[in-house]
Amino acid sequence: MDEREVLERIEARRQRASRRLLDKHVTLAHGAGGRSSQALVEALLLPALRNSLLEPLADAAILELEDGARLAFSTDSYVVKPLSFPGGDIARLAVHGTINDLAVSGARPLALSAGLILEEGLAVADLERYVASLGTAAREAGVPIATGDTKVVERGKADGLYISTSGIGLVAAGSKLGAQEIRPGDRVLLSGTIGDHGMAVLVARGELELEGEIESDTAPLHELVAAVLAACGAAVHCMRDPTRGGVATALNELARASRTGIVIDESAIPVAATVAGACEILGIDPLYVANEGKLIAIVGPEAAEVALATMRAHALGREATLIGEIREERPGMVILDTTFGGSRVVDTLAGDPLPRIC
Amino acid sequence: MKHLSEYRSGEIAAGLAERIAALVEPGSAYKLMEICGGHTHAIYRHGIEDLLPAEVQLVHGPGCPVCVIPMGRQDDAIAIAEQDGVIFTTFADMLRVPATNGSLLDAKARGADVRMVYSPLDALRLARENPDRQVVFFAIGFETTAPSTALTLLRAGAEGANNFSIFCNHVLVPPPLRAILDAPDLQLDGFIGPGHVSTVIGTQPYEFIASEYGKPVVVAGFEPLDVLQSIYMLLRQLTEGRCEVENQYVRVVRREGNERALAVIEETMEVRDTFEWRGLGFIERSALGVREQWGRFDAERRFELPGTRVADPPACQCGEVLRGALRPWECKVFGTACTPERPIGTCMVSSEGACAAYYNYGRLERRSERTPA
Repeated sequence: MDEREVLERIEARRQRASRRLLDKHVTLAHGAGGRSSQALVEALLLPALRNSLLEPLADAAILELEDGARLAFSTDSYVVKPLSFPGGDIARLAVHGTINDLAVSGARPLALSAGLILEEGLAVADLERYVASLGTAAREAGVPIATGDTKVVERGKADGLYISTSGIGLVAAGSKLGAQEIRPGDRVLLSGTIGDHGMAVLVARGELELEGEIESDTAPLHELVAAVLAACGAAVHCMRDPTRGGVATALNELARASRTGIVIDESAIPVAATVAGACEILGIDPLYVANEGKLIAIVGPEAAEVALATMRAHALGREATLIGEIREERPGMVILDTTFGGSRVVDTLAGDPLPRIC
Repeated sequence: MKHLSEYRSGEIAAGLAERIAALVEPGSAYKLMEICGGHTHAIYRHGIEDLLPAEVQLVHGPGCPVCVIPMGRQDDAIAIAEQDGVIFTTFADMLRVPATNGSLLDAKARGADVRMVYSPLDALRLARENPDRQVVFFAIGFETTAPSTALTLLRAGAEGANNFSIFCNHVLVPPPLRAILDAPDLQLDGFIGPGHVSTVIGTQPYEFIASEYGKPVVVAGFEPLDVLQSIYMLLRQLTEGRCEVENQYVRVVRREGNERALAVIEETMEVRDTFEWRGLGFIERSALGVREQWGRFDAERRFELPGTRVADPPACQCGEVLRGALRPWECKVFGTACTPERPIGTCMVSSEGACAAYYNYGRLERRSERTPA
């Protein structure tokens, strides 16, 4: 068998959904957003829960109401350690994360729920601080926390505080967003620097002899998304917020779901100097590091300039760039043209070098 | 990061690529082995092969510290980690290496206290913070990481630590190179020498490759321009009929190495009579163990270990890959039974392993062989 045949066989295998979860125990890799997480979802969760709303495995489920209105519905849990880090805390993440999942589904967020799991012994002063932060983040975003729940578990059973949020949003009439809308020739836009959140949390853990001014980028993206949709309408084909697993994982999911190839240009991808430095020291590729306030938009070529200008006019998209385009060749694969002049595959990682960053 | 971007300049690379192409005699073949896994990683991460003519083939060598640890040693590590009261610390790379009964990550899921650290000093700190626990550090790596393990032993001694030990798996670069050079199926024309290892041991230990085996060596840095320039230097030696040990990484590496680093290794560790390498078998005087006077910090002396030699799984061809006899995709199980999420062999685990680097980054024909899109 020659190299090309081997590669084709591997690629065919990779594009298939996982049918069996071969692991005997849950490991941290299953929570890292990479291929192990994908296998857990496809081989264990989906078969048990399968229904037409869940099946697309999108950021939010879209429910059609009797009057034709469409609701987006999404949920997410936050177990970040430490609870506070430069640029944010677990409460802000919990609000922003669910808002962003609704926003990139083309929905205007209407309301959130918050479930708090508290560990016995958590200082009330700390709880007050995080709940205040939850309220502030929701008010700033203009999305109320409309319902909630509280549970307490014994000391040692949780790291102080876990938060789970769900949200509903209203999808604009006629909006069609999703991987199925991606076409060869489409452009890939990114709203700013990558890797800030993951590296901020890693440095904040204090386990490394690393100090640096890295702030999490956690932010609600619904206004940025609304601006891009208003400016470009149906030319916007798909949006994602590249959280766990970073831009690399988000693009791989899109390539796989749309059966297209995605080619990106390393020199066009903005990385803050501090983040690039920390990644270099630790041997981590910033493409795989989590973001909590960045938008990937895939738009028709005719709308790319307008979409880019719209992003740049918004406070959360000032450093937006065009990072690549959709190709017919190599469906399911993401290829990076390196600054050095070569090309390489950007694959989904098996696990993640940075557990529990959100 | 200006420093970094200069060593990754596409413009300078294009110029160097032209000079390389001019040196190559069309139709002939140049097989160059990069010894170090750090180079393998850089080659794939930056797509360096795309800048090379089809005549130049890079062969990946044995210099991946995770890849060369045999399964029996990994079993020993897990046996230590699963003992009561132990905190077992390791670099992240070793967490996923498969052993007879799963990996360290699986042991952690079963209840063992396995923690990832970034330096042996972090492990010593954990020992200070947990006086009622035994903290063990899984020491792996070539001469590059041995000095930091040695310094940690010195510090543990100065602190009088009584709950800290290392499971020593430090290995040496020159002995497996001799084993590869002695192999009857050898077809290599030159070597890209490891940069970081050479900051410690210098360039002198490679001189036997040129003098006894007649193969040129260029010690190189890890930025893509370093690697490309070292390929150029090797091809120049070959076309000019020279055979020397040259140093491309002059900004860091000296011929005599780092005497202070060598001294702390010498003080705390000694060369073992023999050590098993994954896929390469037992190689004499190829690894370091803890010296007897530092024995209280030696996990092999402190704990009962199974110490069983475990044969590699029959399907695994890591040995051939580590010797450069097989390219990753030529292995029978590559990408099918053996993948980064369910590795059979070590080469598929570490980001410096040839198979993982090729699987994650390189699953693409080289530009010179690609059909135009």
